[in-house]
Amino acid sequence: MSLSLETSPSEIGEATPGRHRALGHLALVTLGPILAALVLSGLVLLALGVDPLAYYGYVAQRGLFSWLGLQQTLTRMAPLLCLAAALIVAFRAGIWNLGIDGQFLLGAMTAAALAPFLITALPAWMTLLVAAAGAALVGALWSLLPALLRAYQQVNEIITTLMMTFLGVSFANLLVKLVFLDPGTTVPQTRTLPVADRLPTLFGTTISGGLVLGLVAVVVVHLVMTRTAFGLKLRTVGENPLAARHAGLDVPLLTVAVFAISAALAGLAGGIEILGVHGNLRADWNPAYGLAVIPLVFLARFNGFAAILFVFFYSALMIGGESAARRIGVPHYFTLVLVANLLILLALAEYLDHRRRQRAG
Amino acid sequence: MEALLTGAFLTAFLAGAVAAGVPLLLAGLGEQMSEKAGVLNIGIEGMMLMGAYLGFLVAFASGNVALGFMAGLAGGMAVALLMAILCVGLGLNQIVIGIGLTLGVEGLTALLHHFQFSTTYPRLAAAWRVPIPGLVELPVIGPALFDRHPLVYLAFLLVPLLAWLYRRTALGLTLRAAGEKPAALDVAGIDVATVRFLAVLFTGAMAGLGGAFMANVAAGIFIPFMTGGAGFIGIVLAMLARGRPAWVLIGAVVFGGALSLTTALQVAGLNVPTDLIQMLPFAAVMAVLVLYGRKARLPAALGLAYVRGAR
Repeated sequence: MSLSLETSPSEIGEATPGRHRALGHLALVTLGPILAALVLSGLVLLALGVDPLAYYGYVAQRGLFSWLGLQQTLTRMAPLLCLAAALIVAFRAGIWNLGIDGQFLLGAMTAAALAPFLITALPAWMTLLVAAAGAALVGALWSLLPALLRAYQQVNEIITTLMMTFLGVSFANLLVKLVFLDPGTTVPQTRTLPVADRLPTLFGTTISGGLVLGLVAVVVVHLVMTRTAFGLKLRTVGENPLAARHAGLDVPLLTVAVFAISAALAGLAGGIEILGVHGNLRADWNPAYGLAVIPLVFLARFNGFAAILFVFFYSALMIGGESAARRIGVPHYFTLVLVANLLILLALAEYLDHRRRQRAG
Repeated sequence: MEALLTGAFLTAFLAGAVAAGVPLLLAGLGEQMSEKAGVLNIGIEGMMLMGAYLGFLVAFASGNVALGFMAGLAGGMAVALLMAILCVGLGLNQIVIGIGLTLGVEGLTALLHHFQFSTTYPRLAAAWRVPIPGLVELPVIGPALFDRHPLVYLAFLLVPLLAWLYRRTALGLTLRAAGEKPAALDVAGIDVATVRFLAVLFTGAMAGLGGAFMANVAAGIFIPFMTGGAGFIGIVLAMLARGRPAWVLIGAVVFGGALSLTTALQVAGLNVPTDLIQMLPFAAVMAVLVLYGRKARLPAALGLAYVRGAR
């Protein structure tokens, strides 16, 4: 099944007068759904007896316009950017990797298990490197079964990756509680990596260095997918597997490769979150970032640079929303409603736009 | 180990398997109809959760569980209606909309629950039971299978009923055609969109009922996100059943059994980590897919919107 939300490259790269119109049009089908989603979700708040303007105002103030909040927002971007990169690889290659939450959590678990142990023997930089690599590797391994099933038995990966997420969340909890438990605390959690040994922060702020890794991941993925022969191969497999086979591409192998890259990035996201922010993994911690990143990647039309922008705003929304949960008493579940509205309205906007263009001929 | 073979253990295990299996059975049967008609209904998790929430709320407010089930059914159908309008009517991407609806219902029900009950979780009175005379006297299986809420019997009765519908009626043939060769159905003068629309609504009704059963009978309580992937298991059951309702039943019993093992083992005095037990049904799904994945046949036009005249 092809992903219908992609804007074809020819539309974006038209001659100058057309290019302006295309950009304006792109802004319309992007900003339109965002505004509509904010309004619709605001109505939900209104129905619950919360002033939507006050809520949005507080969220923006807390997540964007306060220095403390902005630093938290930029730190939160790091794992989200890696997850966005993971999804861009998969979606551009026509693979529905909906298992990134499980891959993320197992990556986090691996980093939390390795780092506090390695730091006793290795220098900090090597500890971070090995722990991050371990996180990526375990993430990739967790996608192996869905990858092989999809590549060689044509089993729908939507189902298998979702199943692996449920499995992975429980498995990570099990490992934290039984194997990597810190005997020194009463809360079930892994040993803790000392703050001094975590990923360095940027320029004397509290912003995690993971942000740089996240930005690099998205940009590299974007360039590989759009500018290299390897990326072209993957996109061909995604858009027309039959044509890819006729062109002599090893479709099953490329499919497994896509899963591995995508899941490794998701695992890395978990590793970065542990190595940069938490230092340990608590049992039953599952932020479920993955499902929320999906709409952002669609909104960005699989474009890495646009994804960075949307991830930034979404991070601000999350940080502001978490703060609003404590202050205004609106649980952060509201972010889910907003994201859902965004996803549905985006699909609707694409449809209306498509219809309008068809009628215009 | 003798403790595992006592009557108390087996009864608790079977009773738990039925309680956990009935929502899966209803969801699987519902999803099967959508898939037959060519709609991959990823939103079923959201439909179940809406059914659980509304079913519980109405049962709690009115004190009438039957009314709660009606509300659950209607709630599931309401979400399905949205899905049908967007995916069947407008032909939007079924996966995108399905994920969107599930996320939306998760957020909305958790939000509403927070504003209504804050962090309290009120409990319903124990569910109504209708013992079947004679059969309930049987040792072990009697109290586990034949002393249940009427909806349990109804869910089991649906299996032969749907099998007959698919196999023997014109409606069944119409549904299959909508999934396999929609163009042929169109040529025969039957509107593909209408058939699919109704199939999706049926899925919503079944999923809503299954969710309401989870909240009102199996748990007696509503907790945000309580469906926990049951809808997705329903999708797998439908995929593996290859269009046959009886296989959905077998799958639902197996997965229900895996889910109920925790409580049953605790009855037997064994302490197995809950995380491990929670992995069982999903591990079972993966194992089955590895063994039989190649055979999990799905309709040819599944997931594709039907556009007249398009190739």
